[in-house]
Amino acid sequence: MAYPLQLGLQDATSPVMQELIHIHDHTLMIALLVSTMVFYTILTTVTTKLTNKNMLDSEGIQTIWTIAPGLILILIAMPSLRVLYMMDEVNNPHLTVKTIGHQWYWSYEYTDYKNLEFDSYMIPTQDLIPGQFRLLETDHRMVVPTDSPVRMLITAHDVIHSWAVPTLGVKMDAIPGRLNQTTFVVSHPAVFYGQCSEICGANHSFMPISVEAIPLIHFEDSSTSMLAKI
Amino acid sequence: MSEAINEKIKNYSTAPFDARFPNTNQTRNCYQNYLDFHRCNKVLSAKDHDVTACEWYKRVYKSLCPIGWVDKWDEQVENGSFPGKI
Repeated sequence: MAYPLQLGLQDATSPVMQELIHIHDHTLMIALLVSTMVFYTILTTVTTKLTNKNMLDSEGIQTIWTIAPGLILILIAMPSLRVLYMMDEVNNPHLTVKTIGHQWYWSYEYTDYKNLEFDSYMIPTQDLIPGQFRLLETDHRMVVPTDSPVRMLITAHDVIHSWAVPTLGVKMDAIPGRLNQTTFVVSHPAVFYGQCSEICGANHSFMPISVEAIPLIHFEDSSTSMLAKI
Repeated sequence: MSEAINEKIKNYSTAPFDARFPNTNQTRNCYQNYLDFHRCNKVLSAKDHDVTACEWYKRVYKSLCPIGWVDKWDEQVENGSFPGKI
């Protein structure tokens, strides 16, 4: 989850996010190296005492500074396309969870077997127990098993919302009348947080997403007890 | 034939990948299975065949379609105001 003074991406808890962090670091490093080189070059060019009033030919360097950026772009594109296609791979999900965005809460539906549906409202700041996270906790969490491909079908009831969980590398718009699909696999049990990512009215900042991943062997018990409770 | 379908229905975990709908937008996937269930029922019961084979479509649309959409469509089907062709 997010922490104070955070500069980078949240730690990955799904294989896709792990890859995304990897290419992000790779691309950012290239960008930093290029920027540093350009800055240094400009600095030296501007501060030099040398002058030359004759026109010189420079075909050599022009060739180099055309080919080299081309190679750099290929170096960026290759891992990027690899991950892009990896994200699009067909995987047969073990579970389908639907989430519907409302003003201003999310509701979750698990209908593969029985009809389990529940709403997930943010816990107001004044009702938080010490140790809970402000603006992130919800009364009911979406529970998923670990190491299982989960299909998320995301839609909305009223206006456009967006379902995002950064640590899983998931963000998908929730559009009324449309069912958007995304899949993820959770690597280890934990609780993950996200926030609505499309402006949707007064309480847009106060409809968080909270996903609890539990080992697969416990998942059935959890769903059964949830069904009994709700 | 029906044993294979019944076996598939028995081992159902969730809606499998459908190559007709490979992309992000799964709206049509949900709607198509809903239509197919009702059409399957209509055709098989008109010929007095066993309708348990249609159960597959029902499981798939129940997995994919939001409960609100299904309730709305069921009501429309009951009223006779469902816009799709069944």
